[in-house]
Amino acid sequence: MTVITEQFNSKLQPKGGGKRLVKKIIFPLVIILIMLFCLAPVMWQLLTSFKENQDISAVPNVYFPGRITLSHYLDLFNNRHFWRYILNSAFISIISTVVSLTIGAPAAYALARLRPWGGNIILALVLIVTLFPGILLFLGLLEIIQGLRLGNNYLALIIPYTAINLPLTILVLRSFFQQLPKDLEDSAKMDGYNTVQMLLQILLPLTLPALVTTGIITFIFAWNEFIFALTFITREDMKTIPVAAAQLGSTSAFEIPYGSIAAATVLGTFPLVLLVLLFQQKIVQGLTAGAVKG
Amino acid sequence: MGKPQSKIHASKIQNSKMAQLELRNLNKTYSPKVVPVKDISLTVDDNEFLTLLGPSGCGKSTTLRMIAGLEEPTEGQIILGGEDITYKKPGDRNMAMVFQSYALYPHMTVYDNLSSGLKLKKIPRGEIQQRVSEVALLLGLEELLERKPGQLSGGQRQRVAVGRALVRRSQVYLLDEPLSNLDALLRERVRADIKQIFATQKAPVVYVTHDQTEAMTLSTKVAVLNNGYVQQLDPPARIYNHPANLFVAGFVGSPQMNLLTLPCQGRNALLGDFPIPLPQLPTLPPQIILGIRPEHVRLAQPDDNHTIQGQVFLVENLGMYSLVSVRVESNQKEAFSLRALLSPEQTWTQEQISLALRPQNIHWFDVQSGDALMVKRPNRV
Repeated sequence: MTVITEQFNSKLQPKGGGKRLVKKIIFPLVIILIMLFCLAPVMWQLLTSFKENQDISAVPNVYFPGRITLSHYLDLFNNRHFWRYILNSAFISIISTVVSLTIGAPAAYALARLRPWGGNIILALVLIVTLFPGILLFLGLLEIIQGLRLGNNYLALIIPYTAINLPLTILVLRSFFQQLPKDLEDSAKMDGYNTVQMLLQILLPLTLPALVTTGIITFIFAWNEFIFALTFITREDMKTIPVAAAQLGSTSAFEIPYGSIAAATVLGTFPLVLLVLLFQQKIVQGLTAGAVKG
Repeated sequence: MGKPQSKIHASKIQNSKMAQLELRNLNKTYSPKVVPVKDISLTVDDNEFLTLLGPSGCGKSTTLRMIAGLEEPTEGQIILGGEDITYKKPGDRNMAMVFQSYALYPHMTVYDNLSSGLKLKKIPRGEIQQRVSEVALLLGLEELLERKPGQLSGGQRQRVAVGRALVRRSQVYLLDEPLSNLDALLRERVRADIKQIFATQKAPVVYVTHDQTEAMTLSTKVAVLNNGYVQQLDPPARIYNHPANLFVAGFVGSPQMNLLTLPCQGRNALLGDFPIPLPQLPTLPPQIILGIRPEHVRLAQPDDNHTIQGQVFLVENLGMYSLVSVRVESNQKEAFSLRALLSPEQTWTQEQISLALRPQNIHWFDVQSGDALMVKRPNRV
């Protein structure tokens, strides 16, 4: 008996060893390579933003700077109105996210549960809207902005950003509302909640993961959007970060301020990274656990 | 719940107003082909515990949802304490409902779950606290008030769901299969608890279930539903002893009642080779349905009059009893089989068995309509 077991074990061993090799070495290696591939440009920007000007233009390349400086960052805040750009971006992004969710959530609920007349047609239209590339709307939007004299107004960005993200918000939230147990709503009705109270106090807290997800998508879109922001806003103190970063000029026409651009990029990305990390904690899985048996 | 020491408190929980609930010719039509509730009329008084019993799809849940106001009836009226509430919103009806899935608000603590309905009704905070703590004491939820439903076991969730209905002190309590999500052992215990709790309530209770044990044990009145109609509305004992028609006879009772379509000859129905005397009937039909519960079929004693012989072809041991299936001796083409519930002490020596069918235990049904043939039963034992 023991002999057989030993034989069995010894036969298995090489295979098990091979598995361990894959697990211990190849998996981490692949992960490292993928991370390198994805994050190298970001890393390059980050390092550049801390390099002295000579190191940036040095040949051969200085990969890891020996000298670290914050001068590019200080320059952004002292000589250019970078605070202003951040505030502009934050204001526009936050408002369009909030508006998108406040319009999108009731609309999604109505489509999911109240069964309005022609609900399917509305849904199809919403779906079609998501298929348009935003850039196609650009010329039309420009006309509208001109016609309404909304140029150099935050609304010129807030309205299109909200509109572009609304279909996605509605679709995601609708499917989320649909999978919430119907009994929960019936129970709320028996307790005397009206539709609005029910939506605000019972359903939205349960849709938090979906709200956070769609909110973040809307926010990132609004924060990063370039073309509309470039065209519809020309006043210096109303520009958003992507536009400002792209338009960073220097004293002479022949010099490109790589360091400042890199610093602006890092500063522009930082809030997004922070946001995602923060809310990743908030998206608690299984929030609906315990509502119904199962 | 229903701990002995908390019984005193249960009697304290009273309702503001007593009420009679009446359904008049309720009908719900979704489409010409989908009519879950065809015509249902019933009344439930204070202190009554009405169970709507029926197989799935019989319209019992739809009826309950119409009472609750979650569905609007196509026709008919719902009257509570003399007031027509057919088109009132569920929140304005002063009814509380326990859902099959419990439907607790997962993001709220047990305390908030219990009190949310009261808060909406703008009841003063002090009274809310008092009512919640009363109910919590009654149901043994004191330790759980700060937890969320996700941190509770199935039985605890169920108690919270019942508690949420009780704190409302409503005029009517509605329960939609509240036990079906519990395991068998727990279900038996909670069933007893529910009986105790709602026995102390004056308000009428409407309970929906497909489980006949629940219906029999809990109710003061059972409405057996099928096909959107009330088949029989009676106290549980009467439902069991005097089923109004073939459906009720077959649905209530486990193991199922023996139902045999027999040819009639003279004043007898022929069960195989054995004549069974027919009751007093105005006209003698060519065929008749005989019903007898397995628990009423017994081994023949020497002094029994109406005995039959048959072959045992299956014995199922149920522990307390053996369910014996017997093929009745017959020289006709048609074979009749009869099931009998015999206690294990009763033994029979061969495959051949002699059984007694006592006339007072036999139910007769019309072949055409399925209705029970109302017979004056002789007062013999």
